[in-house]
Amino acid sequence: MRVVIAEDSVLLREGLTKLLTAGGFEVAAAVPDADQLLRAVAEHRPDVVVVDVRMPPTHTDEGIQAALVIRRQYPAVAVLVLSQYVEERYATDLLSVQTSGVGYLLKDRVAQVSDFLDALRRVAAGGTALDPEVVAQLLVRRRDDPFDRLTPRELDVLRLMAEGRSNNGIVDALRVSPSAVEKYVSNIFAKLDLSPTDTDHRRVLAVLRFLRN
Amino acid sequence: MARGPGAGYREHMTPVETAGARRRAGVLMTALRALWSARSWRATLHALAGLPLGAGACAVVAGLVVAWLAAVWSLLGGPTGGWVLAVTYLVVAVATPVSLPWCVRAFGALQRARFRAVLGVEIPAPPRVAGGWPLRLVRPWRAPATWRELGYHLLALVVGGAGGALVATCWSSVVVALGYAAGLGSGGPRPGSGLAVTAVALAMLLAAPWVARGVARVDEVAARTLLGPSRGEELALRVESLARSRADVVAAADAERRRIERDLHDGAQQRLVSLAMNLGMARATLTDAPGPARQAIEQAHDEATQALAELRDLVRGLHPAVLDDRGLDAALSGIVARAPLPVRLRVDVATRCSPSIEAVAYFVVSEALANVAKHAGASHAEVTVERTGDRLRVVVADDGRGGAAPAGGGPAAGSGSGLRGLEQRAAAVDGTLTIHSPPGGPTTIAVELPCES
Repeated sequence: MRVVIAEDSVLLREGLTKLLTAGGFEVAAAVPDADQLLRAVAEHRPDVVVVDVRMPPTHTDEGIQAALVIRRQYPAVAVLVLSQYVEERYATDLLSVQTSGVGYLLKDRVAQVSDFLDALRRVAAGGTALDPEVVAQLLVRRRDDPFDRLTPRELDVLRLMAEGRSNNGIVDALRVSPSAVEKYVSNIFAKLDLSPTDTDHRRVLAVLRFLRN
Repeated sequence: MARGPGAGYREHMTPVETAGARRRAGVLMTALRALWSARSWRATLHALAGLPLGAGACAVVAGLVVAWLAAVWSLLGGPTGGWVLAVTYLVVAVATPVSLPWCVRAFGALQRARFRAVLGVEIPAPPRVAGGWPLRLVRPWRAPATWRELGYHLLALVVGGAGGALVATCWSSVVVALGYAAGLGSGGPRPGSGLAVTAVALAMLLAAPWVARGVARVDEVAARTLLGPSRGEELALRVESLARSRADVVAAADAERRRIERDLHDGAQQRLVSLAMNLGMARATLTDAPGPARQAIEQAHDEATQALAELRDLVRGLHPAVLDDRGLDAALSGIVARAPLPVRLRVDVATRCSPSIEAVAYFVVSEALANVAKHAGASHAEVTVERTGDRLRVVVADDGRGGAAPAGGGPAAGSGSGLRGLEQRAAAVDGTLTIHSPPGGPTTIAVELPCES
């Protein structure tokens, strides 16, 4: 899989290049700012982009802005945003365009090499990868809606769904049986009034509702 | 001042005769030296410069008053001439009251410049009249400073005029003395009276420096009282400058925090991420390394990850970048999510406040929530931030055991220093902090801040 990296710190840019190459990715370009990132994406059309949030010139949210542009202009290019801090507001912005092929993780997560590579592959394949911290922040904001009706366990399941896990992933994470997970998921759909006709999209809808509502 | 020989001198004439003579010589030297001293000449120049200035100010003021009286008198009596004359009277009647305070102020500024240039005495100008143009024309009449300055100009006629004349007379006595001395030398008609006049003239010459200094001193006291700001105005100016410098200090501290945050973000944090990443790669690839080596790598990796998390909390606590970027709502949802207890957050701020105020509000919530987590034993907390007009109100409420107080000592002893810090930060931007925390709870901490600072 081809990847473009945008990170202003030379140290991390080189480290990420090494890490992703070792992980079986082909690093098409590694650039230090958002402008060069957009040019590199136009040129290389990678499968996925790994982008830092704070980059020159203003060192605020250049990475998020660039990610939004990429999501709009090149829907086929997945984006994984890395940051020293995760902010719920940035996550909402990122997810507002499209909820597939998007990731938002703390930079620390790159230290857990295999988890990080898994997340990147998931995003590149059109899935999502949200940092547990982002999800926790989103949860706090959404406490007074239909989600009040969910039990803590159902919220745990929904949170893992929002992180991009499949039912099997949730089974592993919560150490419960697959049938229990299915029951939780259908309860969530019921409590959020998601009709069973759109079976394929209910999962995304539930997560979307959860993140945006 | 020249000090004459005292009574002690006469009582112990014989034993201390030489000392007395020395003292007399000293007095004479002081008097003579004063003739050359820069201070005397400055005082003299000051008095002489004051003469035309004082006379000019009085003449202008008197002229304006007379012109106004005449114009009003003519208008009241009914103008006898044509309409041009009537209009002239009207213009004079309206224009003089407006220009009079302006002239008073201008002469006041000239007088202050005289003190500064000649004596090196700095007299601060009283505060300017604030307000827009139409009001500015009328307000000087209501400003006490205008009346005090007018008082000085009238007094200058006495102090400056009479004093200046006296100083001039004293110094010019040297001409009289020389004239008479020349008359004596050429065998003038009345040598006896000539001698007396010369003696008096010389005495006046010796006294001239002291007269000039005395006049300057009196003038200075008058000017300080009448030309400078009054005690109230001085305090108002001081408060204004203090408020300004305090705002600068708050802004500087803010900027410093931002700078440290940025430095850590660009430096230590990146390096630590890189270190943790390299250790992570080593851990993932060196699976066949001997046990102790693998353990060491694993431990180092875990510690690096832990250090990253701690540093991240510390740096975000310094100044969250998202606060500048997206405002209070975005920044607060971050700390609320990190709180170890459920917190409900409501932010209603339509227009953003100044960065310093946002920073204070952010730290109030952050510190208050940390306090709640540490001391309150609460199961829920609620954070409300609202902007009403120019005020930002931040309320942090919890359902804990209460007893929180800035001074500490209550059941929640230890929470005091944190709350004290909050109080200080709020006060630094003219905000107020109120704590309602009866024993047994619940606790409400409310902070009101002005939106611009």
